[in-house]
Amino acid sequence: MSQPVIEIEQLAFAWKQGPQVLDIPVFRVDAGERVFLRGPSGSGKSTLLGLIAGVLAPQSGTIRVLDEDMRALSPSKRDRLRADHVGVIFQMFNLVPYLSVTGNVLLPLRFSPARRKAAGGDAEGEARRLLARLGLADEGLLARRVSDLSVGQQQRVAAARALIGAPRLIIADEPTSALDADARDRFIALLSEEVTCTGASLLFVSHDASLAPLFTRAVDLAAINKAMVAAGGSR
Amino acid sequence: MTALLSLAWASLLNRKGSVVLTIVAVALSVALFLGVEKARSGAREGFGNTISGTDLIIGAPTGSVNLLLYSVFRMGSATAEVSWPTYEKIASRPDIAWTVPVALGDSHRGYRVMGTTLGYFDHYKYGGGQALTFAGGQPFSDLFDAVIGAEVARELGYTVGTPVVLNHGLGAADLGSGHENRPFRVTGILRPTGTPVDRTVHVSLEAITAIHVGWETGAKNPLADTIPEEMIRSFDLTPKTVTAIFAGLERKGTILTTRRAINTNRGEPLMAIIPGEALAELWNVTSIAERALLAVSAFVIAVGLVSILTSILSSLNERRREMSILRATGARPHHIFVLLVLEAGLVGFLGAVVGIALVHSLIAVLAPILQAQYGVAFSMGAPGLVDLAVLGAVTGASLLIGAVPALAAMRRSLADGLSVRL
Repeated sequence: MSQPVIEIEQLAFAWKQGPQVLDIPVFRVDAGERVFLRGPSGSGKSTLLGLIAGVLAPQSGTIRVLDEDMRALSPSKRDRLRADHVGVIFQMFNLVPYLSVTGNVLLPLRFSPARRKAAGGDAEGEARRLLARLGLADEGLLARRVSDLSVGQQQRVAAARALIGAPRLIIADEPTSALDADARDRFIALLSEEVTCTGASLLFVSHDASLAPLFTRAVDLAAINKAMVAAGGSR
Repeated sequence: MTALLSLAWASLLNRKGSVVLTIVAVALSVALFLGVEKARSGAREGFGNTISGTDLIIGAPTGSVNLLLYSVFRMGSATAEVSWPTYEKIASRPDIAWTVPVALGDSHRGYRVMGTTLGYFDHYKYGGGQALTFAGGQPFSDLFDAVIGAEVARELGYTVGTPVVLNHGLGAADLGSGHENRPFRVTGILRPTGTPVDRTVHVSLEAITAIHVGWETGAKNPLADTIPEEMIRSFDLTPKTVTAIFAGLERKGTILTTRRAINTNRGEPLMAIIPGEALAELWNVTSIAERALLAVSAFVIAVGLVSILTSILSSLNERRREMSILRATGARPHHIFVLLVLEAGLVGFLGAVVGIALVHSLIAVLAPILQAQYGVAFSMGAPGLVDLAVLGAVTGASLLIGAVPALAAMRRSLADGLSVRL
């Protein structure tokens, strides 16, 4: 049996004085798995990702990421775990506007010595290699301001940034929702290829159920989250 | 830290427009403060440089500042004079090396006239031991010769040979109150010194006596003008009184003893002051206004610093997304904090550097003009300790002030987590 990367048991979370958002009896992602988590907006997926990324802490239950008990860790230890081992891709506006394309890709290395080490001596070269693998090899393109890139290009830069320094878990929150079908499929194919290459696990969240076949496993958040059932189910 | 510094720098470059404006605001406030400070220290230096080489100034008892004011700065007037015999007694003291008596009280078109001896040109020193030098002509030799200061020559357009009519008292010349029957001739013009010497008309002590023949009652005798010049020249023109005496000692070590001896002089009461001491006292009086000015310009710096605060605070909202990207890529809350503090510090540092450069280039360009036209002395030279202190203080204060938006951003980024909706 392969090593779990994310292990959730009896996880419950509610915003201050709000209704319960998450109540997940069990959920797990194993090493090397590419999991598709389907969840419509409002299903608590952003909250779940926040918990896995360690920016939120659960009220009860256990959530283990890379064998670390997130409830037991201090906020700064959770931050360090994310910095060292987790890559994050957002839906859009992923890039820091005042950094170059490679500057954006290299950003995680500024905050994590571990990933700096993993990226090797030539971090710049590693960034270019990743960008080239994701179809962004053009020098002219790399020189452009990130705000001048197309959304698809921006998302691939974000993917390269999530991948640099070989993190063990990649979290992608609706990274393709702003892309057309062609760009979307190509993006997922490239991302999957890279993740397989590095051996990282991928947790890919989207509302678009048609993407499910592109992953090793698909999970419906509405099915595992009992809080939504209690609150009347998802839309 | 260097990683965050380069990040802060890139972030500032991204907001060039507003950042440059903030830097300009800080630079102007720093330049104003330093300009005031340079003018102040220049004034103090000029003050201290007004007289040197003179060990004691002796006059009738008055306040020490007052004696300094009228004898050196030609301001105000003496309430009493020193009689000639007393002067001779002091001059002959064994511990005194030289004396220069001066007689004040007349003026020429707003410039003070000072009667003195030729020794004045040898013994009066300014600016740490510089002697008076002539731009043209020579010291007075004839009874009706005059040596004028640089400003007198420039403002009145006088050259060697120009006739000069002195005026009795200090008022403007009006008919009948002057010494127009005893015209003088300019024989020498002094080089600029940046001291009250520039604004003085120097004549011999005897000349002062000569022009007052017929004025013994304090007002002009109607017959005064009828006394022919040859007759005056034949009179004994030794003055009856002098206004003040500059004195140099044989040995500097005796200064306090000599001063006490003069202050407790039997017979005519006298007062001796040490110029440096009196200058310091006078500076204390005048520096209050300058300190107030300095305080005001310090507040202007505070305003400049507040502009850093507002510019960063107002940018925070549009940078929320950026903060959550930084958080997602591994930045911890203290990274966010340090990033914003560094941005504030960089702006303050750059503003101070630009301000210092601005004030130094302005001084380099304007100081000679100001000095020549208005006699305002600026302390020149390469950036010094004061500039360094201001640079440090402004940068430090900016870093401190940066903590306000930095805390706000840090708290907000914690609440936002990874999910900022735009």
